[in-house]
Amino acid sequence: MTLISVDRVSFGYTAERRILDDVSFAMESGDTVGLVGESGSGKTTLLRLLLGLARPDSGTITFDGASLDPRNAAFMRQFRRQAQIVFQDPYSSLDPRQKISSIIAEPLRSLRIPGDHRQMVADALSSVGLDADAAGRYPHQFSGGQRQRIAIARAIVAGPRLLLADEAVSALDLTTKIRIVELLASLGTRMSLLFVSHDIGVVAALCRRIVILERSRIVESGDTAEVLARPQHPYTQRLLASVPRLSLKDTRS
Amino acid sequence: MSDVAASPNRRRGIVSLTLMAGIMLVGLHIAIGLLTLVWLPYEPNAFTGGRLEGASLAHWVGTDRLGRDLFTQLMIGSRIALTVGLGAVAIGATIGVSIGILAAFASRWLDDALAATLDILIAFPTLLIAMLVVAASDTASLGSAIVALGIALSAIVARLTRILAKRVLVMDYITAARTSGSSWPKIVAIHVLPNIWPTLSVNFALQFGLAVIAEASLSYLGLGAPPPNASWGRMLQEAQGTVYTAPLGAIAPGIALVSLAIGVNLLADGLRARIDAARTLS
Repeated sequence: MTLISVDRVSFGYTAERRILDDVSFAMESGDTVGLVGESGSGKTTLLRLLLGLARPDSGTITFDGASLDPRNAAFMRQFRRQAQIVFQDPYSSLDPRQKISSIIAEPLRSLRIPGDHRQMVADALSSVGLDADAAGRYPHQFSGGQRQRIAIARAIVAGPRLLLADEAVSALDLTTKIRIVELLASLGTRMSLLFVSHDIGVVAALCRRIVILERSRIVESGDTAEVLARPQHPYTQRLLASVPRLSLKDTRS
Repeated sequence: MSDVAASPNRRRGIVSLTLMAGIMLVGLHIAIGLLTLVWLPYEPNAFTGGRLEGASLAHWVGTDRLGRDLFTQLMIGSRIALTVGLGAVAIGATIGVSIGILAAFASRWLDDALAATLDILIAFPTLLIAMLVVAASDTASLGSAIVALGIALSAIVARLTRILAKRVLVMDYITAARTSGSSWPKIVAIHVLPNIWPTLSVNFALQFGLAVIAEASLSYLGLGAPPPNASWGRMLQEAQGTVYTAPLGAIAPGIALVSLAIGVNLLADGLRARIDAARTLS
Protein backbone atom coordinates (compact mmCIF):
# COMPACT_ATOMS: atom_id res chain seq x y z
CA MET A 1 0.00 0.00 0.00
CA THR A 2 1.33 3.41 -0.93
CA LEU A 3 2.05 5.54 2.11
CA ILE A 4 3.50 8.60 0.47
CA SER A 5 3.19 9.63 -3.10
CA VAL A 6 5.00 12.65 -4.50
CA ASP A 7 3.62 13.54 -7.89
CA ARG A 8 5.38 16.00 -10.20
CA VAL A 9 6.29 18.34 -7.36
CA SER A 10 8.14 21.59 -8.05
CA PHE A 11 9.21 24.18 -5.54
CA GLY A 12 11.27 27.33 -5.84
CA TYR A 13 11.09 31.05 -5.68
CA THR A 14 11.77 31.64 -9.34
CA ALA A 15 11.54 29.40 -12.38
CA GLU A 16 15.27 29.79 -13.02
CA ARG A 17 16.23 28.77 -9.51
CA ARG A 18 14.08 25.75 -8.84
CA ILE A 19 14.87 23.98 -5.59
CA LEU A 20 12.79 20.99 -6.67
CA ASP A 21 11.93 20.37 -10.29
CA ASP A 22 9.24 17.91 -11.30
CA VAL A 23 10.01 15.41 -8.55
CA SER A 24 7.97 12.19 -8.37
CA PHE A 25 8.39 9.15 -6.20
CA ALA A 26 6.31 6.85 -4.08
CA MET A 27 6.95 5.07 -0.84
CA GLU A 28 5.22 1.89 0.26
CA SER A 29 4.00 1.38 3.78
CA GLY A 30 6.70 -0.36 5.84
CA ASP A 31 9.43 0.49 3.37
CA THR A 32 12.82 2.00 4.12
CA VAL A 33 13.85 4.54 1.51
CA GLY A 34 17.12 6.42 1.29
CA LEU A 35 17.05 9.84 -0.31
CA VAL A 36 20.58 10.61 -1.44
CA GLY A 37 22.00 13.81 -2.82
CA GLU A 38 24.65 16.37 -2.05
CA SER A 39 24.13 19.67 -0.26
CA GLY A 40 21.86 21.96 -2.22
CA SER A 41 20.24 19.15 -4.18
CA GLY A 42 16.86 19.88 -2.58
CA LYS A 43 16.71 17.06 -0.02
CA THR A 44 15.85 19.21 2.94
CA THR A 45 13.27 21.18 0.97
CA LEU A 46 11.62 17.93 -0.08
CA LEU A 47 11.47 16.91 3.58
CA ARG A 48 9.86 20.23 4.52
CA LEU A 49 7.22 19.63 1.87
CA LEU A 50 6.68 16.07 3.08
CA LEU A 51 6.18 17.39 6.61
CA GLY A 52 3.65 19.95 5.46
CA LEU A 53 5.85 22.84 6.60
CA ALA A 54 5.59 24.35 3.14
CA ARG A 55 3.42 23.79 0.09
CA PRO A 56 4.73 22.81 -3.33
CA ASP A 57 4.37 25.41 -6.08
CA SER A 58 3.00 22.71 -8.33
CA GLY A 59 2.30 19.02 -8.08
CA THR A 60 0.73 17.09 -5.24
CA ILE A 61 1.84 15.09 -2.25
CA THR A 62 -0.51 12.51 -0.81
CA PHE A 63 -0.21 10.69 2.47
CA ASP A 64 -2.20 7.51 2.84
CA GLY A 65 -4.25 8.49 -0.19
CA ALA A 66 -5.21 11.94 1.12
CA SER A 67 -3.76 15.16 -0.19
CA LEU A 68 -1.27 16.74 2.20
CA ASP A 69 -2.55 20.27 2.72
CA PRO A 70 -0.95 22.39 5.46
CA ARG A 71 -4.06 24.61 5.52
CA ASN A 72 -6.32 21.73 6.50
CA ALA A 73 -5.88 21.82 10.29
CA ALA A 74 -7.90 18.70 11.05
CA PHE A 75 -5.98 16.65 8.53
CA MET A 76 -2.65 18.04 9.69
CA ARG A 77 -3.38 17.05 13.28
CA GLN A 78 -3.94 13.46 12.18
CA PHE A 79 -0.92 13.65 9.90
CA ARG A 80 1.44 15.04 12.57
CA ARG A 81 0.68 12.00 14.66
CA GLN A 82 1.73 9.73 11.83
CA ALA A 83 4.86 11.45 10.52
CA GLN A 84 7.75 12.67 12.63
CA ILE A 85 11.28 13.85 11.95
CA VAL A 86 14.79 13.49 13.37
CA PHE A 87 17.23 16.27 12.52
CA GLN A 88 20.90 16.34 11.70
CA ASP A 89 22.17 18.53 14.52
CA PRO A 90 21.48 16.93 17.91
CA TYR A 91 22.47 20.20 19.58
CA SER A 92 19.95 22.50 17.96
CA SER A 93 17.12 19.99 17.82
CA LEU A 94 16.54 19.84 21.58
CA ASP A 95 15.36 22.92 23.48
CA PRO A 96 18.20 23.57 25.99
CA ARG A 97 15.81 24.94 28.59
CA GLN A 98 13.46 21.99 28.74
CA LYS A 99 13.82 18.74 30.59
CA ILE A 100 14.02 15.59 28.50
CA SER A 101 10.60 14.53 29.77
CA SER A 102 9.00 17.74 28.42
CA ILE A 103 10.88 17.49 25.14
CA ILE A 104 9.74 13.94 24.47
CA ALA A 105 6.20 14.56 25.70
CA GLU A 106 5.67 17.61 23.48
CA PRO A 107 4.00 15.69 20.61
CA LEU A 108 1.78 13.91 23.15
CA ARG A 109 0.69 17.20 24.68
CA SER A 110 0.33 19.18 21.46
CA LEU A 111 -1.49 16.44 19.59
CA ARG A 112 -3.62 15.74 22.67
CA ILE A 113 -2.86 12.07 22.63
CA PRO A 114 -4.64 10.33 25.50
CA GLY A 115 -2.85 8.02 27.90
CA ASP A 116 -0.24 8.07 30.63
CA HIS A 117 2.31 10.44 29.12
CA ARG A 118 4.91 9.69 31.75
CA GLN A 119 4.77 6.00 30.93
CA MET A 120 4.83 6.68 27.19
CA VAL A 121 7.95 8.83 27.62
CA ALA A 122 9.60 6.07 29.64
CA ASP A 123 8.71 3.53 26.94
CA ALA A 124 10.12 5.78 24.21
CA LEU A 125 13.33 6.25 26.19
CA SER A 126 13.73 2.53 26.65
CA SER A 127 13.13 1.82 22.96
CA VAL A 128 16.02 4.14 22.08
CA GLY A 129 18.23 2.53 24.70
CA LEU A 130 18.22 5.23 27.36
CA ASP A 131 17.47 4.86 31.06
CA ALA A 132 14.17 6.16 32.37
CA ASP A 133 16.01 8.55 34.71
CA ALA A 134 17.16 10.53 31.68
CA ALA A 135 13.69 12.11 31.70
CA GLY A 136 14.56 14.39 34.61
CA ARG A 137 17.70 15.83 33.06
CA TYR A 138 18.51 18.59 30.57
CA PRO A 139 19.95 18.21 27.05
CA HIS A 140 23.39 19.62 27.95
CA GLN A 141 23.94 16.68 30.27
CA PHE A 142 24.02 14.30 27.29
CA SER A 143 26.50 13.52 24.51
CA GLY A 144 25.73 14.03 20.84
CA GLY A 145 24.77 10.39 20.32
CA GLN A 146 22.55 10.36 23.40
CA ARG A 147 20.89 13.57 22.26
CA GLN A 148 20.16 11.97 18.93
CA ARG A 149 18.55 9.08 20.77
CA ILE A 150 16.42 11.59 22.68
CA ALA A 151 15.41 13.25 19.40
CA ILE A 152 14.45 9.82 18.05
CA ALA A 153 12.47 9.11 21.23
CA ARG A 154 10.51 12.34 20.67
CA ALA A 155 9.88 11.33 17.06
CA ILE A 156 8.53 7.88 17.93
CA VAL A 157 6.67 8.61 21.17
CA ALA A 158 3.35 9.26 19.42
CA GLY A 159 3.69 6.02 17.47
CA PRO A 160 4.14 7.43 13.95
CA ARG A 161 3.88 5.31 10.84
CA LEU A 162 6.52 7.32 9.04
CA LEU A 163 9.84 8.45 10.42
CA LEU A 164 11.82 11.01 8.45
CA ALA A 165 15.50 11.37 9.22
CA ASP A 166 17.33 14.40 7.89
CA GLU A 167 21.05 13.54 7.86
CA ALA A 168 20.36 12.09 11.28
CA VAL A 169 23.77 10.48 11.70
CA SER A 170 25.98 12.90 9.75
CA ALA A 171 27.04 14.91 12.78
CA LEU A 172 28.01 11.87 14.84
CA ASP A 173 31.36 10.15 15.21
CA LEU A 174 31.80 6.76 13.59
CA THR A 175 31.03 4.41 16.46
CA THR A 176 28.05 6.49 17.56
CA LYS A 177 26.90 6.65 13.97
CA ILE A 178 26.87 2.86 13.70
CA ARG A 179 24.83 2.54 16.90
CA ILE A 180 22.27 5.10 15.78
CA VAL A 181 22.01 3.42 12.36
CA GLU A 182 21.37 0.13 14.16
CA LEU A 183 18.70 1.81 16.25
CA LEU A 184 17.03 3.28 13.16
CA ALA A 185 17.24 -0.11 11.42
CA SER A 186 15.44 -1.74 14.34
CA LEU A 187 12.79 0.99 14.26
CA GLY A 188 12.50 0.45 10.52
CA THR A 189 10.87 -2.90 11.22
CA ARG A 190 8.07 -1.10 13.08
CA MET A 191 7.52 1.91 10.83
CA SER A 192 8.31 3.31 7.42
CA LEU A 193 11.60 5.15 7.29
CA LEU A 194 12.65 7.88 4.88
CA PHE A 195 16.31 8.44 5.45
CA VAL A 196 17.84 11.53 3.88
CA SER A 197 21.60 11.49 3.59
CA HIS A 198 24.60 12.32 1.47
CA ASP A 199 26.28 9.23 2.88
CA ILE A 200 25.57 6.42 0.45
CA GLY A 201 27.25 3.87 2.73
CA VAL A 202 24.77 4.47 5.52
CA VAL A 203 21.87 4.38 3.07
CA ALA A 204 23.14 1.07 1.69
CA ALA A 205 23.18 -0.37 5.19
CA LEU A 206 19.77 0.91 6.15
CA CYS A 207 17.49 1.26 3.17
CA ARG A 208 15.82 -1.22 0.90
CA ARG A 209 15.13 1.38 -1.75
CA ILE A 210 17.10 4.41 -2.85
CA VAL A 211 16.18 7.68 -4.54
CA ILE A 212 18.98 9.79 -5.94
CA LEU A 213 18.50 13.53 -6.19
CA GLU A 214 20.82 15.75 -8.17
CA ARG A 215 20.33 19.46 -8.64
CA SER A 216 16.59 19.56 -7.92
CA ARG A 217 15.73 16.46 -9.93
CA ILE A 218 15.46 12.76 -9.25
CA VAL A 219 18.01 11.11 -11.50
CA GLU A 220 17.70 7.51 -10.44
CA SER A 221 15.69 5.37 -8.07
CA GLY A 222 15.08 1.72 -7.36
CA ASP A 223 16.13 -1.20 -5.24
CA THR A 224 19.22 -0.16 -3.28
CA ALA A 225 21.23 -3.28 -4.04
CA GLU A 226 20.38 -3.05 -7.73
CA VAL A 227 21.12 0.64 -8.10
CA LEU A 228 24.42 0.32 -6.29
CA ALA A 229 25.40 -2.76 -8.28
CA ARG A 230 24.48 -1.29 -11.67
CA PRO A 231 24.23 2.49 -11.45
CA GLN A 232 22.72 3.88 -14.64
CA HIS A 233 23.02 7.64 -14.26
CA PRO A 234 26.48 9.24 -14.47
CA TYR A 235 25.86 11.11 -11.21
CA THR A 236 25.12 7.88 -9.36
CA GLN A 237 28.26 6.38 -10.83
CA ARG A 238 30.33 9.34 -9.65
CA LEU A 239 28.69 9.17 -6.23
CA LEU A 240 29.57 5.49 -5.91
CA ALA A 241 33.11 6.02 -7.12
CA SER A 242 33.65 8.55 -4.36
CA VAL A 243 32.58 6.20 -1.56
CA PRO A 244 35.45 4.94 0.57
CA ARG A 245 35.80 1.21 -0.17
CA LEU A 246 35.82 0.08 3.42
CA SER A 247 32.41 1.45 4.40
CA LEU A 248 30.77 0.08 1.27
CA LYS A 249 32.12 -3.41 1.87
CA ASP A 250 31.07 -3.29 5.52
CA THR A 251 27.55 -2.23 4.86
CA ARG A 252 26.56 -4.20 1.80
CA SER A 253 25.21 -7.24 3.59
CA MET B 1 42.18 18.37 32.53
CA SER B 2 42.63 20.18 35.82
CA ASP B 3 43.28 23.46 33.99
CA VAL B 4 40.07 23.14 32.08
CA ALA B 5 38.14 22.31 35.18
CA ALA B 6 39.70 25.08 37.27
CA SER B 7 39.06 28.06 35.04
CA PRO B 8 35.26 28.10 35.06
CA ASN B 9 35.31 27.71 38.84
CA ARG B 10 37.65 30.63 39.28
CA ARG B 11 35.51 32.74 37.01
CA ARG B 12 32.43 31.78 38.90
CA GLY B 13 34.06 33.15 42.07
CA ILE B 14 34.41 36.60 40.51
CA VAL B 15 30.90 36.38 39.13
CA SER B 16 29.53 35.80 42.59
CA LEU B 17 31.36 38.83 43.98
CA THR B 18 29.82 41.18 41.41
CA LEU B 19 26.45 39.58 41.78
CA MET B 20 26.67 39.68 45.57
CA ALA B 21 27.57 43.39 45.61
CA GLY B 22 24.67 44.08 43.24
CA ILE B 23 22.24 42.04 45.28
CA MET B 24 23.36 43.73 48.49
CA LEU B 25 23.02 47.28 47.16
CA VAL B 26 19.68 46.65 45.49
CA GLY B 27 18.54 44.59 48.48
CA LEU B 28 19.36 47.48 50.82
CA HIS B 29 17.15 49.82 48.80
CA ILE B 30 14.38 47.24 48.65
CA ALA B 31 14.58 46.73 52.41
CA ILE B 32 14.44 50.50 53.03
CA GLY B 33 11.62 50.89 50.51
CA LEU B 34 9.57 48.18 52.22
CA LEU B 35 10.36 49.62 55.64
CA THR B 36 8.84 52.98 54.65
CA LEU B 37 5.50 51.26 54.24
CA VAL B 38 5.38 50.46 57.96
CA TRP B 39 7.78 52.83 59.67
CA LEU B 40 9.40 56.22 59.12
CA PRO B 41 11.66 58.16 61.50
CA TYR B 42 9.54 61.30 61.10
CA GLU B 43 6.38 62.43 59.43
CA PRO B 44 7.76 63.26 55.94
CA ASN B 45 6.14 66.69 55.68
CA ALA B 46 6.37 67.69 59.31
CA PHE B 47 8.74 70.51 60.25
CA THR B 48 10.71 68.55 62.76
CA GLY B 49 13.84 70.61 63.12
CA GLY B 50 15.53 73.88 62.30
CA ARG B 51 16.11 74.86 58.71
CA LEU B 52 19.09 73.37 56.90
CA GLU B 53 20.48 71.65 59.95
CA GLY B 54 23.58 69.54 59.52
CA ALA B 55 23.84 65.86 60.37
CA SER B 56 22.98 65.02 63.96
CA LEU B 57 21.74 62.07 65.97
CA ALA B 58 18.19 63.35 65.61
CA HIS B 59 18.51 64.04 61.88
CA TRP B 60 21.10 61.67 60.35
CA VAL B 61 21.57 63.69 57.18
CA GLY B 62 20.14 66.97 58.44
CA THR B 63 17.03 68.85 57.39
CA ASP B 64 15.93 70.72 54.30
CA ARG B 65 15.20 74.45 54.05
CA LEU B 66 11.73 73.94 55.52
CA GLY B 67 13.09 71.93 58.43
CA ARG B 68 11.87 68.52 57.24
CA ASP B 69 13.98 65.45 57.98
CA LEU B 70 16.09 64.54 54.93
CA PHE B 71 16.68 60.93 55.92
CA THR B 72 12.93 60.32 55.93
CA GLN B 73 12.74 61.75 52.43
CA LEU B 74 15.69 59.66 51.29
CA MET B 75 13.95 56.51 52.52
CA ILE B 76 10.75 57.41 50.70
CA GLY B 77 12.91 58.21 47.67
CA SER B 78 14.09 54.57 47.65
CA ARG B 79 10.50 53.39 47.47
CA ILE B 80 9.62 55.85 44.72
CA ALA B 81 12.71 54.95 42.69
CA LEU B 82 12.03 51.22 42.98
CA THR B 83 8.35 51.69 42.15
CA VAL B 84 9.19 53.73 39.07
CA GLY B 85 11.95 51.32 38.02
CA LEU B 86 9.76 48.24 38.42
CA GLY B 87 6.72 49.87 36.84
CA ALA B 88 8.64 51.28 33.90
CA VAL B 89 10.44 48.00 33.22
CA ALA B 90 7.16 46.06 33.51
CA ILE B 91 5.48 48.36 30.98
CA GLY B 92 8.55 48.55 28.75
CA ALA B 93 8.94 44.76 28.84
CA THR B 94 5.28 44.07 28.08
CA ILE B 95 5.14 46.45 25.11
CA GLY B 96 8.69 45.72 23.96
CA VAL B 97 8.52 41.93 24.10
CA SER B 98 5.13 41.90 22.34
CA ILE B 99 6.34 44.11 19.51
CA GLY B 100 9.64 42.24 19.28
CA ILE B 101 7.94 38.84 19.00
CA LEU B 102 5.47 40.25 16.47
CA ALA B 103 8.36 41.60 14.37
CA ALA B 104 10.21 38.29 14.54
CA PHE B 105 7.16 36.55 13.08
CA ALA B 106 6.09 39.29 10.72
CA SER B 107 6.38 39.19 6.97
CA ARG B 108 9.51 40.77 5.63
CA TRP B 109 7.76 44.01 4.78
CA LEU B 110 6.22 44.50 8.23
CA ASP B 111 9.42 43.39 9.94
CA ASP B 112 11.47 45.98 8.04
CA ALA B 113 8.94 48.67 8.86
CA LEU B 114 8.93 47.78 12.55
CA ALA B 115 12.71 47.54 12.69
CA ALA B 116 13.09 50.98 11.08
CA THR B 117 10.52 52.51 13.44
CA LEU B 118 12.32 51.04 16.44
CA ASP B 119 15.67 52.36 15.23
CA ILE B 120 14.20 55.85 14.89
CA LEU B 121 12.68 55.65 18.38
CA ILE B 122 15.96 54.41 19.85
CA ALA B 123 17.77 57.35 18.23
CA PHE B 124 15.83 59.71 20.53
CA PRO B 125 17.16 59.88 24.10
CA THR B 126 14.97 57.98 26.58
CA LEU B 127 14.51 61.11 28.67
CA LEU B 128 13.29 63.15 25.72
CA ILE B 129 10.62 60.60 24.84
CA ALA B 130 9.60 60.34 28.49
CA MET B 131 9.32 64.16 28.73
CA LEU B 132 7.18 64.16 25.62
CA VAL B 133 4.82 61.55 27.05
CA VAL B 134 4.56 63.37 30.40
CA ALA B 135 3.93 66.65 28.61
CA ALA B 136 1.18 64.99 26.60
CA SER B 137 -0.61 63.80 29.75
CA ASP B 138 -2.49 66.50 31.69
CA THR B 139 -0.80 66.39 35.07
CA ALA B 140 2.59 65.23 36.20
CA SER B 141 2.17 62.29 38.55
CA LEU B 142 4.01 59.19 39.59
CA GLY B 143 1.82 57.15 37.24
CA SER B 144 2.47 59.34 34.22
CA ALA B 145 6.22 59.19 34.89
CA ILE B 146 6.09 55.39 35.04
CA VAL B 147 4.08 55.10 31.83
CA ALA B 148 6.30 57.64 30.09
CA LEU B 149 9.49 55.82 31.02
CA GLY B 150 7.96 52.44 30.17
CA ILE B 151 7.08 53.60 26.68
CA ALA B 152 10.50 55.18 26.26
CA LEU B 153 12.24 51.94 27.25
CA SER B 154 10.04 49.66 25.18
CA ALA B 155 11.80 50.37 21.86
CA ILE B 156 15.12 49.00 23.10
CA VAL B 157 13.43 45.93 24.57
CA ALA B 158 11.53 45.39 21.31
CA ARG B 159 14.66 45.54 19.20
CA LEU B 160 16.51 43.11 21.45
CA THR B 161 13.55 40.73 21.62
CA ARG B 162 13.21 40.74 17.85
CA ILE B 163 16.85 39.77 17.31
CA LEU B 164 16.88 37.13 20.05
CA ALA B 165 13.58 35.60 18.92
CA LYS B 166 14.74 35.41 15.32
CA ARG B 167 17.83 33.54 16.44
CA VAL B 168 15.69 31.01 18.31
CA LEU B 169 13.13 30.61 15.53
CA VAL B 170 15.66 29.11 13.12
CA MET B 171 16.56 26.34 15.56
CA ASP B 172 15.62 22.76 14.73
CA TYR B 173 13.73 22.40 17.99
CA ILE B 174 11.26 24.99 16.71
CA THR B 175 10.68 22.92 13.56
CA ALA B 176 10.38 19.85 15.76
CA ALA B 177 7.75 21.66 17.84
CA ARG B 178 5.84 22.52 14.66
CA THR B 179 5.94 18.94 13.40
CA SER B 180 4.84 17.90 16.89
CA GLY B 181 1.69 19.91 16.30
CA SER B 182 2.41 22.85 18.62
CA SER B 183 0.73 26.10 17.63
CA TRP B 184 2.77 29.29 17.21
CA PRO B 185 1.49 30.90 20.45
CA LYS B 186 2.45 27.73 22.29
CA ILE B 187 5.88 27.69 20.65
CA VAL B 188 6.44 31.29 21.76
CA ALA B 189 5.38 30.47 25.30
CA ILE B 190 7.31 27.25 25.83
CA HIS B 191 10.30 27.59 23.52
CA VAL B 192 10.97 31.19 22.46
CA LEU B 193 10.40 33.13 25.69
CA PRO B 194 12.28 30.73 28.01
CA ASN B 195 15.25 30.75 25.64
CA ILE B 196 15.48 34.51 25.27
CA TRP B 197 14.64 35.20 28.91
CA PRO B 198 18.21 35.01 30.34
CA THR B 199 19.49 37.71 27.97
CA LEU B 200 16.31 39.75 28.31
CA SER B 201 16.46 39.68 32.09
CA VAL B 202 19.96 41.16 32.06
CA ASN B 203 18.65 43.89 29.78
CA PHE B 204 15.68 44.49 32.07
CA ALA B 205 18.07 45.02 34.97
CA LEU B 206 20.01 47.60 32.93
CA GLN B 207 16.75 49.27 31.88
CA PHE B 208 15.74 49.41 35.52
CA GLY B 209 18.89 51.40 36.26
CA LEU B 210 18.16 53.72 33.35
CA ALA B 211 14.59 54.21 34.52
CA VAL B 212 15.71 55.13 38.04
CA ILE B 213 18.08 57.79 36.72
CA ALA B 214 15.55 59.02 34.17
CA GLU B 215 12.89 59.33 36.90
CA ALA B 216 15.30 61.44 38.96
CA SER B 217 15.86 63.60 35.89
CA LEU B 218 12.13 63.97 35.31
CA SER B 219 11.57 64.91 38.95
CA TYR B 220 14.47 67.32 38.82
CA LEU B 221 12.75 69.03 35.90
CA GLY B 222 9.45 69.06 37.78
CA LEU B 223 7.90 66.39 35.53
CA GLY B 224 8.00 63.58 38.05
CA ALA B 225 5.99 62.76 41.13
CA PRO B 226 4.42 65.92 42.62
CA PRO B 227 5.55 67.21 46.06
CA PRO B 228 3.97 64.96 48.69
CA ASN B 229 6.14 62.17 47.23
CA ALA B 230 9.79 62.62 47.97
CA SER B 231 11.90 61.81 44.96
CA TRP B 232 15.68 61.98 44.85
CA GLY B 233 15.52 64.09 41.72
CA ARG B 234 13.28 66.65 43.38
CA MET B 235 15.45 66.61 46.52
CA LEU B 236 18.44 67.42 44.34
CA GLN B 237 16.54 70.21 42.67
CA GLU B 238 15.42 71.68 46.00
CA ALA B 239 18.92 71.46 47.45
CA GLN B 240 20.41 73.20 44.44
CA GLY B 241 20.01 76.71 45.85
CA THR B 242 21.61 75.83 49.16
CA VAL B 243 24.30 73.48 47.92
CA TYR B 244 27.12 75.66 49.38
CA THR B 245 25.53 76.28 52.77
CA ALA B 246 24.09 72.76 53.26
CA PRO B 247 25.88 70.41 50.84
CA LEU B 248 24.47 67.31 52.53
CA GLY B 249 21.05 68.06 51.06
CA ALA B 250 22.46 67.47 47.58
CA ILE B 251 25.11 64.87 48.41
CA ALA B 252 22.76 62.47 50.21
CA PRO B 253 20.17 61.98 47.42
CA GLY B 254 23.06 61.90 44.94
CA ILE B 255 24.67 59.01 46.79
CA ALA B 256 21.33 57.23 47.14
CA LEU B 257 20.69 57.53 43.40
CA VAL B 258 24.18 56.44 42.40
CA SER B 259 24.20 53.49 44.82
CA LEU B 260 20.97 52.11 43.41
CA ALA B 261 22.10 52.66 39.82
CA ILE B 262 25.46 50.99 40.48
CA GLY B 263 23.77 48.18 42.39
CA VAL B 264 21.42 47.45 39.52
CA ASN B 265 24.28 47.52 37.02
CA LEU B 266 26.40 45.19 39.14
CA LEU B 267 23.42 42.89 39.39
CA ALA B 268 22.97 42.92 35.62
CA ASP B 269 26.67 42.34 35.06
CA GLY B 270 26.74 39.49 37.56
CA LEU B 271 23.71 37.90 35.94
CA ARG B 272 25.25 38.18 32.51
CA ALA B 273 28.52 36.60 33.63
CA ARG B 274 26.58 33.81 35.25
CA ILE B 275 24.61 33.15 32.08
CA ASP B 276 27.80 33.22 30.00
CA ALA B 277 29.42 30.74 32.40
CA ALA B 278 26.39 28.46 32.16
CA ARG B 279 26.55 28.66 28.38
CA THR B 280 30.24 27.79 28.31
CA LEU B 281 29.65 24.81 30.56
CA SER B 282 26.80 23.49 28.45
